[in-house]
Amino acid sequence: MLIIDCPHCGPRPETEFGYGGQAHVAYPEDPHALTDEQWAQYLFYRDNPKGDYAERWVHSAGCRKWFNAIRDTRTYEIARVYAAGEPRPDLSKGA
Amino acid sequence: MGAHQPQRLDVGGAIDRSRAVELVVDGETFTGCAGDTVASALVANGRLRVGDSIYRRRPRGILSAGVEEPNAFALVNGEHNESMVPLTSLELVPGLDLTLLDGIGVLDQKVDPAEYDKMHVHADVAIVGAGPAGLAAAREAAATGARVVLFEQDFRLGGSLLADPASLVEGVPSELWVERVRGELEAAPEVTILTRTTAFGSYDNNYLIALEKRTEHLHGTARDGVSRQRLWHVTARQVVLATGAFERPIVFADNDVPGVMLASAVAAYIGRYAAVPGRRAVVFTTNDSGYATAHALLRSGAEVHVVDAREAGPSARVGTAAADAGLRISTGSAVVGIDGAQAVEAAWVAPIDDEGALAGPAERVACDVVAVSGGWSPNVSLHSQRQGALHWDDALAGFVPTVPVRNQHLAGAVLGTYWTEGCLTEGRAAGLAAAAASGFAAEQSGRTSGSEVDTVAEERVARAGTTRQLWVVEGRDGGYTTHFVDPQRDNTAADVLRATGAGMRSVEHVKRYTSISTGVDQGKIGAVNTIGLLTRVLSGEDTRAIPPGQPGQDGTGSRAASELSGIPAAPPSKPTPGAIGNTTFRAPFTPVAFAALAGRSRGELFDVARTTSIHPWHVAHEALFEDVGQWKRPWYYPRAGEDMDAAVARECRAAREGVAFMDATTLGKIEIRGADAGEFLNRIYTNAFKKLGVGKARYGVMCKPDGMVFDDGVVLRLEEHRYFATTTTGGAARVLEWLEEWSQTEWPELDVVCTSVTEQWATIAVVGPRSRDVIARMAPGLDVSKEGFGFMEFRETVLASGIEARICRITFSGELAFEINVPTWYGLKVWEDVAEAGADFDITPYGTETMHVLRAEKAYPIVGQDTDGTVTPQDLGMDWIVSKTKDFIGNRSYSRSSHQGPGRKQLVSVLPVDRSLRLPEGAQLVERVALGDYTGEGLPERPIPMLGHVTSSYHSQALGRSFGLALVKDGRDRIGQTLIASFLGRFAEVEVADAVLYDKEGTRRDD
Amino acid sequence: MTDSTLTIEAPEGAAGSAGGAGGTNASASGADVGRAAVLAHRRSPAQDLADEMTQGSGQAVWLRELPFLTQVTLRAQPDGPSSEALAGALGVGLPTRVGEVAGAIDGIGVAVLWLSPDEFLAVAPDEAQTGVSPEAWAGRLSTAVGAGPGQVVDVSANRTTLELSGPRARSVLEKSCEIDLHPRAFPVGTAVVTLLESTGVIVWRTGEETWRVMPRASFTTHVVRWLLDGMREYC
Repeated sequence: MLIIDCPHCGPRPETEFGYGGQAHVAYPEDPHALTDEQWAQYLFYRDNPKGDYAERWVHSAGCRKWFNAIRDTRTYEIARVYAAGEPRPDLSKGA
Repeated sequence: MGAHQPQRLDVGGAIDRSRAVELVVDGETFTGCAGDTVASALVANGRLRVGDSIYRRRPRGILSAGVEEPNAFALVNGEHNESMVPLTSLELVPGLDLTLLDGIGVLDQKVDPAEYDKMHVHADVAIVGAGPAGLAAAREAAATGARVVLFEQDFRLGGSLLADPASLVEGVPSELWVERVRGELEAAPEVTILTRTTAFGSYDNNYLIALEKRTEHLHGTARDGVSRQRLWHVTARQVVLATGAFERPIVFADNDVPGVMLASAVAAYIGRYAAVPGRRAVVFTTNDSGYATAHALLRSGAEVHVVDAREAGPSARVGTAAADAGLRISTGSAVVGIDGAQAVEAAWVAPIDDEGALAGPAERVACDVVAVSGGWSPNVSLHSQRQGALHWDDALAGFVPTVPVRNQHLAGAVLGTYWTEGCLTEGRAAGLAAAAASGFAAEQSGRTSGSEVDTVAEERVARAGTTRQLWVVEGRDGGYTTHFVDPQRDNTAADVLRATGAGMRSVEHVKRYTSISTGVDQGKIGAVNTIGLLTRVLSGEDTRAIPPGQPGQDGTGSRAASELSGIPAAPPSKPTPGAIGNTTFRAPFTPVAFAALAGRSRGELFDVARTTSIHPWHVAHEALFEDVGQWKRPWYYPRAGEDMDAAVARECRAAREGVAFMDATTLGKIEIRGADAGEFLNRIYTNAFKKLGVGKARYGVMCKPDGMVFDDGVVLRLEEHRYFATTTTGGAARVLEWLEEWSQTEWPELDVVCTSVTEQWATIAVVGPRSRDVIARMAPGLDVSKEGFGFMEFRETVLASGIEARICRITFSGELAFEINVPTWYGLKVWEDVAEAGADFDITPYGTETMHVLRAEKAYPIVGQDTDGTVTPQDLGMDWIVSKTKDFIGNRSYSRSSHQGPGRKQLVSVLPVDRSLRLPEGAQLVERVALGDYTGEGLPERPIPMLGHVTSSYHSQALGRSFGLALVKDGRDRIGQTLIASFLGRFAEVEVADAVLYDKEGTRRDD
Repeated sequence: MTDSTLTIEAPEGAAGSAGGAGGTNASASGADVGRAAVLAHRRSPAQDLADEMTQGSGQAVWLRELPFLTQVTLRAQPDGPSSEALAGALGVGLPTRVGEVAGAIDGIGVAVLWLSPDEFLAVAPDEAQTGVSPEAWAGRLSTAVGAGPGQVVDVSANRTTLELSGPRARSVLEKSCEIDLHPRAFPVGTAVVTLLESTGVIVWRTGEETWRVMPRASFTTHVVRWLLDGMREYC
């Protein structure tokens, strides 16, 4: 089990959180301007990297806020949490 | 001391001779002492023999004195029998009645009446193991004021010190030193000492799980409510692993005969328990540690013959003491065979060459015990469970941790530090470092310094002495079928050879091919010897074919080590165990009962049962209940003599012809407010809410971006910027999360907030042609006329009782219907008032089954029953609810090619030709012609294309027949066709019909 | 009632605008029923469990329900205009960080609990003590927010309040709560939203040995029985 550092509530057990998949997949500005293929890309395709992954979590059993985390998919270590809407931080630049 | 214990020494040991404890084993009574384990009591009684081996039925004896025991297992008879309990870690308490097992357990089929629970605590420093290293760490950490939890699986603190109570630690006998440290720890307010507690799992973020045995040693005096076992969940800032090491047996012919024991176990039985396993001993060792056992045996009065596999014999320090004691030593030799079947009678000792092959004639040495030491394996399970790096240390002849896991510390034998002073030094340093890293600086205790730790590391190899890596000893007959590698699984060196002969190379494959390490001890006894054997039979070429990634495999742990030192790892000239690596270490370290994992979540408390405020009435009126998610909902209310069908028919009739009422409290409810609330809902639902009038209600459907129905409900506009949405009973939480997701992450610019009010409101549906009369009585001030209170409107009112209520005119049955909403704590009162107000009309309570019949007759879908995440509103025949004028989540998907043209499954009703046949939900629908001559017997010749399946199925009281809803490919074009429903090996004809079967014109809701 | 902010005004009977009857024709009739008679119709979620709780309590830990506390959910951006307006109307500033309770940290009087950066729970005693109905209080707070952003919702019946007290109260909670309840991490006057086993609750430490556990109404029976089961070894 992970202990996840909610940006608002601090460290809490994973059981309090919901998972939201890859972060920074914006809802297309105008879905109707997309081809079927482009729309399908938005709907169904997500990255699956080995290593750092920016993903969304929601503190369902706490403050109910969505936020983003960068988690290493090999070690499960969460290097950073940050607010929804913030750009993905550059981990090389310290905390 | 009670009954005579022939092998018990008169003095010494940490047992209480004044407290005799009786024990029954297979009907025979033995007497031991308080402080014994069952195994040590048996040893004291001269009994080494236990059950037979699992497959080959070979006689077996006690091998070890700890949790690694592979032979000595018992069924503990009691109110609930516990199986496969190792005698070596079973504390001797009064009343034990054991049945020895032959390597396999029997699960008691009775319910275990014992209680189990869980405890969650947080610690600054968690320390696993209370040997010298762990105790030293705990003492230092505790002195800083840090919150310390110390885990010890034994019932006594002390670890390796227990085997040698007379040895001096910090100038006092170790027994006294342990008591002093215990006293200090107990006096520290923030220290928790957990004995009889095994930390069996280590997870991310220093989350440890441990099992504490709480009551057995109290033999019946525990107070009521105290759990038998407790699962501790400990979250620690810092962890110190002082988990010690396991001694390895040696693989030689007949090494499983009772009387062959681990050398350290022999020392422990003598030192800790004053129980002597034998009077004439052979100590067969590959390293210096066997000499401690030889001295212990000598002191107990036994004759000792040391067989040292090393050509050069013991190191100087050990050798001098051996010479002084007059030990007989055969160097460069091995035990190559055993005489005796039920017990060791003699050992055959012969010189061996560099390969472990016989290099001369064997000598028969009469003995009754053979103490073996094949070297030591650090207990790295918890370290490796966290992917902590390991590497093969060829000098220490073991897999040792390379670096600690982040926020963890290692101390003592787990590092290959095999002498007490070294353990103490490392323990102190680890305890201080762990406390400091969790924010607790030490006042200088003067007991440690950093350089001492470095010195310990440098001395490890010298202090351990040389270990000969003797992975197998040739037998006198050349075979390997009695060279046991994993005695519990009855696996021998021959089995390993069979595996490699079949082409197995990876240790994971060898494990599965042979079953080595799959027993209760999980490889504690046999894993490293198996790996060692593989180095003997695999070539360097073979090992290069092994995929990387095993714990301790070269290129994983050792690479990390060489990176640390800056020296590139040289490729091995011949395979070492490091070329092979270990199998994966997984929790639990020792077995854990499922009951302990379940904890208190059993029986009535197994899961949450959510109940509405009206629940007591339902119970009093003998409703049967249906689980809907976690909710207990009334299913139907049978009257005397009624079965379910009769009750549901009566309830349906009441709703369609008179008046009925239902507890609808479980619907999810969300208040939504903000200047942009209307815009927000417009984007969420497929239909529009922005222009909904205040005081009006509207049914809505929400979809996922893929266009599939996600939830539905009714939305009320309470005020200009304030809405109230209901969700399905099961969807309440996920819909709120969905709304939050979109408002927080996609449209933060919208002024809208959502709050769950599911539990604020009790909701009572009053349904049927006479419902208006009931509502008129309930709310005398309310104009309930058709003109004054239109369909899909709501009113805030005050009931005759004075209770404020919100009444809606909405229907989930097609009938004229109202829903009364009041704060939950008035729910029961208002329900009772409805019952009273409706009494003149024979108002009838109804449950979920009737609700389903009524809604299905009207083809109102249940999200999650008639839909499954692949169904659009259009598939449900609800094109009318999909806005053509605004955009919303899912809209884009409807123009995808997969949503166009034929082939989509559509909701229709299916009418069995046999009007009394109720199809099972899930029944498959096919075309008659597709069946060919297939009768349902066996498998058809070719797959039969499935057109769809039945999603809902009931008997309709109103139609006087059975019916179902179904998702059928191009279903609406098939109306009028006859299809075949296939279920439970049967075929039945069904007619496809329009989904709505009752009151198609929708006139009844406005009656 | 010691806190002046709850002597908001004279009791208003059955009126109110935010939580319940905010719409069209509230209190048009039926208002002739006395308020006390209306309140007598209430049933708290743990009412039927009172005897079980008494019997399951002992010297080391005891459990009871504090029924009918007035509870109002407040939604307001921190430092926004609605925050200020609410603070003014409450007479207590909104808490600013996780765990913080503003006002009566011991629960005696008006307290405001932090639930999220923009969500708070205002808690006040039972209407039967204060004479102020939840609807009226919510209405007043709602009026303070006016047309501004945010939300005021009466949720008094949404959760009930259980009080667990005694030297072993913390141990009983630690059997089920994974968060750190040690005094160093959870001093008196701390309240958080978390899980009790698998049930969402608010845990609020109102005294050295006194804790409030606030489950939603439908979970109450389960939570009471779960806590009583955990108390047995100490009673």
